[in-house]
Amino acid sequence: MTAKTLIRIEQLTKRFGDFAAVDDVSLEIREGEFFALLGPSGCGKTTLLRLLAGLETPSEGRILIDDVDMARVPPNKRPVNMVFQSYAVFPHMSVRDNVAYGLKVDKVAAKERQARVIEALELVKLEDLIDRKPDQLSGGQRQRVALARALVKRPRVLLLDEPLSALDAKLREAMRFELARIQDKVGVTFVMVTHDQNEALAMACRCALMHKGVLQQVATPSDLYEYPNTRFVADFIGSINLFEGRLEVDEPGHAVVASAALGVPIYLDHGVTGASGSTVWVGIRPEKIDMAPRDGDAPPDQGGGAVGHNVVAGEIRHSAYLGSETIYEIALATGTIVKALRSNIRRYEERGFDDGDSVWLSWDARSPVVLLS
Amino acid sequence: MSGSGTTQRWQDARGPFALLFGVPALWLLLFFLVPLAIVWAYSFGRSTGLTDIAITGTLSNYARTSSAVYLGIFAKSIGFAALTTVLCLVIGFPIALVITFASERAKTLLLLAIMLPFWTNLLIRTYALMAMLRSEGYVNTSLGWLGIGPLPLLHNNFAVTLGLVYVNLPFLVLPLYSALDRLDRSLLEASLDLGAGHWRTIREIVIPLALPGILTGVLITFIPALGSYLTPDLLGGPNSQMIANVIERQFKRANDWPFGSALSFILMYLTFLCIAGQGIIARRREKASAA
Amino acid sequence: MRAREPKGPLDYARSTPLRLWVGLVLVFLYAPLACLVAFSFNESKRNIVWTGFTTDWYGKVFDDGDLITAFVNSLTIAALSTLVSLVLGAMVAVALWRFRFPFKPAFEGLVALPIVVPEICMGVSMLVFFSRILPWPTDLPWPLDLGSIVIAHISFSFPFVAIIVRARLASFNRELEEGAKDLGAGEFRAFFDVLVPHMRPALIAGALLAFTLSLDDFVITFFTAGPDTVTFPVKVYSMVRFSVTPEVNAASTLLMALTVVLTIIGLRIQGRDVAEMGNG
Repeated sequence: MTAKTLIRIEQLTKRFGDFAAVDDVSLEIREGEFFALLGPSGCGKTTLLRLLAGLETPSEGRILIDDVDMARVPPNKRPVNMVFQSYAVFPHMSVRDNVAYGLKVDKVAAKERQARVIEALELVKLEDLIDRKPDQLSGGQRQRVALARALVKRPRVLLLDEPLSALDAKLREAMRFELARIQDKVGVTFVMVTHDQNEALAMACRCALMHKGVLQQVATPSDLYEYPNTRFVADFIGSINLFEGRLEVDEPGHAVVASAALGVPIYLDHGVTGASGSTVWVGIRPEKIDMAPRDGDAPPDQGGGAVGHNVVAGEIRHSAYLGSETIYEIALATGTIVKALRSNIRRYEERGFDDGDSVWLSWDARSPVVLLS
Repeated sequence: MSGSGTTQRWQDARGPFALLFGVPALWLLLFFLVPLAIVWAYSFGRSTGLTDIAITGTLSNYARTSSAVYLGIFAKSIGFAALTTVLCLVIGFPIALVITFASERAKTLLLLAIMLPFWTNLLIRTYALMAMLRSEGYVNTSLGWLGIGPLPLLHNNFAVTLGLVYVNLPFLVLPLYSALDRLDRSLLEASLDLGAGHWRTIREIVIPLALPGILTGVLITFIPALGSYLTPDLLGGPNSQMIANVIERQFKRANDWPFGSALSFILMYLTFLCIAGQGIIARRREKASAA
Repeated sequence: MRAREPKGPLDYARSTPLRLWVGLVLVFLYAPLACLVAFSFNESKRNIVWTGFTTDWYGKVFDDGDLITAFVNSLTIAALSTLVSLVLGAMVAVALWRFRFPFKPAFEGLVALPIVVPEICMGVSMLVFFSRILPWPTDLPWPLDLGSIVIAHISFSFPFVAIIVRARLASFNRELEEGAKDLGAGEFRAFFDVLVPHMRPALIAGALLAFTLSLDDFVITFFTAGPDTVTFPVKVYSMVRFSVTPEVNAASTLLMALTVVLTIIGLRIQGRDVAEMGNG
């Protein structure tokens, strides 16, 4: 999907006193996409969202929506609406009045207003509760009111601040699909803030990962997971084994990294654009590490790379059975602990690994990711 | 033992209860209720001599209060109190708004600045206003240099209103501030986000939600204003007497205690009526939001 | 030095018109008081045009025996009334907090009554009470001659103390008291070792309020006082009814200074608690 750019953020900085909550962020969000701003709490993602809504004023830089500079546009004049984390449903108004509020403000005629309120409530499946007061609604229902109230204005962009954080696990799951369905239906650009990587990966077209106010990486969920560009991103998204090492060989077709922590060299099937001899980090996701019983001394054949690469012996220290999968912690001869994950495609009783077992760990030459910082 | 609740039955500790409850209750009875009861009884009495009052059960004192003169004074008092309350609201609301959204440090300083005159002696504040307003006062002297005046600023209804606002403003700002401070800020942001301007947000979101606090503020401004004695006495003219001044005259000069007592109790009833009214409004709102 | 942060949409405290408004109101509140203080140092007796600096009026105040007597009376009354109000107020608060008893809501309402009853009504009731039921002898030695005024002041002060202390007690962890009793402390020891320290900030706030209320009161004192007992407000009242003089300015300035000092001491002693009281 290569739609046109809807929001252009240029070198945006927001300081509170001496603290830069958003630090020189440049970012483009495309028309019609579901965009997630992801990061640990305090990373500046909510501030960025509030800057988009106009609830905060930038210290430096600018925001363009539809190529219009928003600097002088107050929040009530922006083509943007927000679903607040606390929902901010007006407690003294019925569901109907809450949803109609924005239309009344815009002086939409009563008849059209009525129709659009109903339409919005149908979209969020709340049409039966139209005359309820907010204190008679559950948290999930209140959120739907907030959603309808924002969408009824037909904004160019809908901002969602941690939309799922206050819901219980089951409802959260359902709401994920619900939000995706609604976005599909209305076709409005969604920008969602979340600290939950699963949420971001599952729902968004693209994610921006932030840390300490700085934008770390903007990518699709799979790229963010498979091709992280820094150790922070690699570590924040999912789980990863990180080994510090030195880049020994760096050819266009392959590279070799020596890691004292791992004890064996890591062979990669692609070149790294780093100066040979420099310090790098190699990340390998636990599910990409294969585990085989170690009966003799001969390591399993790795194919592709030279023998002696990408295979290491270890002993299972710990395992955590998680139902669909099991996570093993394996101690290497160097003392390093490596995490490996095996899907429980067969029944647990037949899995064949116990704590204390000696195993071979191996991985494909395509699996490791080399990180320069 | 204390599982059933947080309080103790009084029978379980008769000694401490008798002391803690008994002494203040006795004080209240002796030095508050008894005096009021006597005034109440006197309001149904008649002066039979210079200092003797016979409690005859007559309603003539109350009948007298409904004559045109006194009805006028009651109306005027209520008018002064209402005008004062409205002015304090209009003047105080923006101040409460600023305090609410100020930084922590500025908040403390502003609250202190509003509170300090309240801690200052009422008589001194009223006297300070007299010095400002009289015809050879600071305001008129300044105006005189500009070739204006002197304007009649003291001893009239204007001076009384100004004085009442001056004295009562802090009473209103504090409850207004605490009501605004309790508001969830994201509700205001949501209103702005949905396209409403600042005026509309204040009218449709802030005021309805802060209404209980606003009503409390109105009540604790209106009641003291209604019973004001010193302000109309010192700043008012012959035409701006309020109930309290009439009551004082009955007791100190006219020496008609039964009539003064009747007037006092009408003022009390008016006060209770306001409190009850506020209570009913508050309860109705509660019910409405629960329904 | 970095430029000031741009203001957000809800930064009402930084809106120029609103700031101007606050400034104007503060001028309205303080200008009369500032003029009063300034002209207490003015040479001219006419009290309008500044003619030169002097402290003569303060000398006059200290030479004015009646004024000094009235001032001492006021402070004495305030001190005595504060002391008793604290005890009574704390008792009411603890009783309401600790016990269940019949007609408790009615009693709570009754305690709040002196706060809402108009001053003038309370004043005339005291006048009637002390002239008919309990005539206060006029020839008592000082400070007993102030007794009727002190009683009246206690009656309208202690409910305020009760409310403040009650609010504070709401945050008390009852297990502490029970714990103290478990450890063998008697009823009284538990009260003074555990409960009183917890009430301390509220007691200070209450004392400050009671003292100020007493010092501030004119109307009730005006009705309660006999012809020979004069308090500072009553004395000032008789002076200002007829004229505005620099002497009154000087006396008023002294009382204001006292009030400010008391307020600052109160704020110092317990900083945040008083501010919270103001907020509530």
